[in-house]
Amino acid sequence: MAVPSFLARERIIAKPGFNRWLIPPAALAVHLCIGQAYATSVYKAALVSHFDSTLTAIGIIFSIAIVMLGLSAAVFGTWVDRNGPRAAMFTAACFWSVGFLVGALGISTNQLWLVYLGYGVIGGIGLGIGYISPVSTLIKWFPDRPGLATGMAIMGFGGGALIASPLSRQLMNWYDPAYDGTIGTTPDGGAVAGLFVTLGLIYLVFMMFGAFIVRVPADDWKPTGFDPSAAKPKAMVTSESVSAGNAIKTPQFWLLWTVLFCNVTAGIGILEQAAPMIQDFFRNGETSTVAAAAAGGFVGLLSLFNMAGRFVWSSTSDFIGRKGIYMVYLGVGLVLYVLLATIGSSAIWLFVALAAIIISFYGGGFATVPAYLRDLFGTYQVGAIHGRLLTAWAAAGIAGPLIVNGVLDAQGTPGQLVAADYRPALFIMVGLLAVGFVANLLVKPVADKWHEPHATTPATARANPERSTTR
Amino acid sequence: MSEQSSTPTGLVAFAWALVGLPLVYGLVQTIRTASALFTG
Repeated sequence: MAVPSFLARERIIAKPGFNRWLIPPAALAVHLCIGQAYATSVYKAALVSHFDSTLTAIGIIFSIAIVMLGLSAAVFGTWVDRNGPRAAMFTAACFWSVGFLVGALGISTNQLWLVYLGYGVIGGIGLGIGYISPVSTLIKWFPDRPGLATGMAIMGFGGGALIASPLSRQLMNWYDPAYDGTIGTTPDGGAVAGLFVTLGLIYLVFMMFGAFIVRVPADDWKPTGFDPSAAKPKAMVTSESVSAGNAIKTPQFWLLWTVLFCNVTAGIGILEQAAPMIQDFFRNGETSTVAAAAAGGFVGLLSLFNMAGRFVWSSTSDFIGRKGIYMVYLGVGLVLYVLLATIGSSAIWLFVALAAIIISFYGGGFATVPAYLRDLFGTYQVGAIHGRLLTAWAAAGIAGPLIVNGVLDAQGTPGQLVAADYRPALFIMVGLLAVGFVANLLVKPVADKWHEPHATTPATARANPERSTTR
Repeated sequence: MSEQSSTPTGLVAFAWALVGLPLVYGLVQTIRTASALFTG
């Protein structure tokens, strides 16, 4: 599928002397916008009330969006790699913005299916394309620090929710003055529709800014002072290239898929239930020693650690290696989960500290995986491979809540649960992290037979994508 | 090899400010929310 010439990769090849520090804000302009997907809880109750529906029916909007994220990233990954970041960011901006506008139409006309179609399906496609759009470009601009580069962008996805939550409350307060953002007040449907239109337009402008400042490096470009041939060879870092079609035939891809699935499922276990969980862990009869406002504060704290973990841990992986950092995420995470299940209810500070570190590992897992893919498969089609790997996120988005909600439903009634009721779910997460830990241990360099012939340079491969060998 | 930058410094600063300021707003608001955990 050809793109208009102003979006084409050839038009955005950077001139000599281009400042590569313009690329992270371009990536952040996209990720800060699509990170709104994590802030849907702000208007969830309002939509339940407006559609006279249930939390489950409204929650499906978010589930569809995450599933579409995984599917569109997988389907369009090769297209994104071939056409470059400007075409991808432009397309993502259009889908994400139109998703909001169609969603607003659905709310205004009282048709929930239109919200499913708009925010869920159309917006979800924007999410998937937008999420992978800057990743391979950043890796190419920062071959000396790929973990830092992808950590900065994917931190933006976590940061997007931090911006969207308070901004959404403020906007809904403007559209419905009776709503003041405090617990117990709910904005009307018209305010949520107004919010959707406003966010759709703001995000369109921001993402277009990213699309128009992004550039790709020339094929022979290297950072000043960086000489890959002088760097000490590392067993787990290849200088070869593997196509996306071949990557999914390797055990390494599926081991990493398992690692990401386990890490994300375990993190979602806490994120999904954060507010009620801290209240239930410190419940004394009918009441909890943790007030609703403090539980909301706990959710905010987890958001901060989710975002910070993406940058800090991914940057750290540049020094201790990708395999090493995932041993920390999964191995130390496993121990922390056991501590949470067994002694987490002994003190609030202990519970908060354990959960915060676990969530920082959850965020770190997302941010580090593109650099891990680059180490194993090279930069050639790393965006497309990343897109295919994100199906693990979609699967975890379904599995995580199913496990936690299924266990808690079997244990008792919401509002009467105590710490012990969470133990089966937490120990399932421990098991999952153990599986992920073993999968990570089994990751070895990709076999030579999957490497592209050296004549297939990035430029020629883009010109002749069918030339890439598939085995 | 040292190259003369072809990117205006103002553009780089503007781009970082455009993404940085909303992020700072979000961080401040979230820290205020999170402080409820320690103050009640």
